[in-house]
Amino acid sequence: MKLKQPEEYFISRKIDDFFSGLYNATKFILLFFREALKPPYEFKEIVKQCYEVGYRSLALITLTGFVTGFVFTKQSRPSLAQFGATSWLPSLVAIAIIRALAPLVTALIAAGKVGSNIGAELGSMKVTEQIDAMEVSAVNPFKFLVVSRVLATTITLPILMCYTGFVGMLGAFINVNQNEQTSFTAFFQQAFSNITFLDIFSSVVKAIVFGFTIGIVGCYKGFHATQGTEGVGRAANASVVLSMFLIFMEEMLIVQITNNIRG
Amino acid sequence: MESTTIGEEVITIKDLHKSFGSKHVLRGVDLQVCKGENVVVLGRSGTGKSVLIKIISRLLKPDSGTVKVLGREVDKLNDKELQQLRLKIGFSFQNSALYDSMTVGENLEFPLVRNSKHLKRKEINIAVETVLKAVGLSEAIDQMPAELSGGQRKRIGIARTLILRPEIMLYDEPTAGLDPITCIEINNLINLVKEQYNTTSIIITHDLTCAKATGDRVAMLLDGTFVKQGSFEEVFASDDKRIQDFYNYNFTNK
Repeated sequence: MKLKQPEEYFISRKIDDFFSGLYNATKFILLFFREALKPPYEFKEIVKQCYEVGYRSLALITLTGFVTGFVFTKQSRPSLAQFGATSWLPSLVAIAIIRALAPLVTALIAAGKVGSNIGAELGSMKVTEQIDAMEVSAVNPFKFLVVSRVLATTITLPILMCYTGFVGMLGAFINVNQNEQTSFTAFFQQAFSNITFLDIFSSVVKAIVFGFTIGIVGCYKGFHATQGTEGVGRAANASVVLSMFLIFMEEMLIVQITNNIRG
Repeated sequence: MESTTIGEEVITIKDLHKSFGSKHVLRGVDLQVCKGENVVVLGRSGTGKSVLIKIISRLLKPDSGTVKVLGREVDKLNDKELQQLRLKIGFSFQNSALYDSMTVGENLEFPLVRNSKHLKRKEINIAVETVLKAVGLSEAIDQMPAELSGGQRKRIGIARTLILRPEIMLYDEPTAGLDPITCIEINNLINLVKEQYNTTSIIITHDLTCAKATGDRVAMLLDGTFVKQGSFEEVFASDDKRIQDFYNYNFTNK
């Protein structure tokens, strides 16, 4: 897909660039859905990319998830203790982790680790003509490179999010267990007593949306990298920055919608 | 401007124009390439030589003019027709464009597996071994592109295009950045490909040794248009000062 560039500026360069960028991004997303639904499907490549996404993020997600749960619990305790409500700690932590922290922490880490990697990898393939080489050998580079990566991030993020949630809760349990000697079963029973189906469903939806965003932004930036190695660095950087910005915007939007449903 | 036509025309380009922003790169290019012919397009860097073959394979679209390949107007093909046509065109890139994350063997089978789904694993392996043997690099099958020398990368790049048995070969600066001995080896390989695979080729270069060794016909691209076509000797017997300068600089400043 070639980028459409305005040759004469209607308003100003920046405003015109913004709208032509929006147009190109929309076209890119529509092309993704067209190619994703059209056979043949690159199953092998999708599985390979799923493994790459999971493998690349797992260590950092384990550490961050655990620390988040542990520290959040530790920091919340003094405030709750003032009201003699430390017994509410498991519920409070579970709500915070499942509703907000797990999807957000997973997405931000994946944006940094996976998004930048996709941007750099595709950017490097673009500037070294590897994408052109696929095209001239009658292979659809969009299907092979973009569709497989976007599907991989979209599928893998909810799984990683569940894992982050679990590790985060484990971190919280260890802290609670150190102070209140609560058993594993009692902690988790209390933690999940206030969690509804909507909480879990909205988090999974968030993770799917975040995963799609990370994949599509990384691929878009990489696929349209220009100006040699400098362009590759720029594509990687822009993938992370734009993904994170969009993740925060989407988080606000989904929270608003979920709260309206919750009433 | 002269043109030589022997037999059936495989590539026909008429009044081709291409600009990038305010830079008018191709200004009314005409070229006919006949079956079995090796045509060398010579010219200075930035004169639009690579743009020309990218338009032939529709990696780029022209601003105006027509390009016919094997009787089909390239610009008017739909996705499926373009894919069919591209199976008949081999494109050897200047930097080889090997897929960094794949081994040599995987690089070679990549286009074959995706375009011939009926092939069995054994047939794919035989095809890979055959093209590797043709380019003289049978032992490189398990190596990664980063482990290969410049000349080896070029050979593997050519092998990857040969695996689809193309009718037309487009070479973009095949000897750029190589030492003189490797250049001769690549020139010999281009001639070997023509003989063994019966290809018609366009070779983009600014290397006169390559042009002389591989070209049945030479076309000189200057200021966005072909100013002279003919045999190597005919072209450089021209009185045009720009052609003479190109010849002299190529040999004296090397």
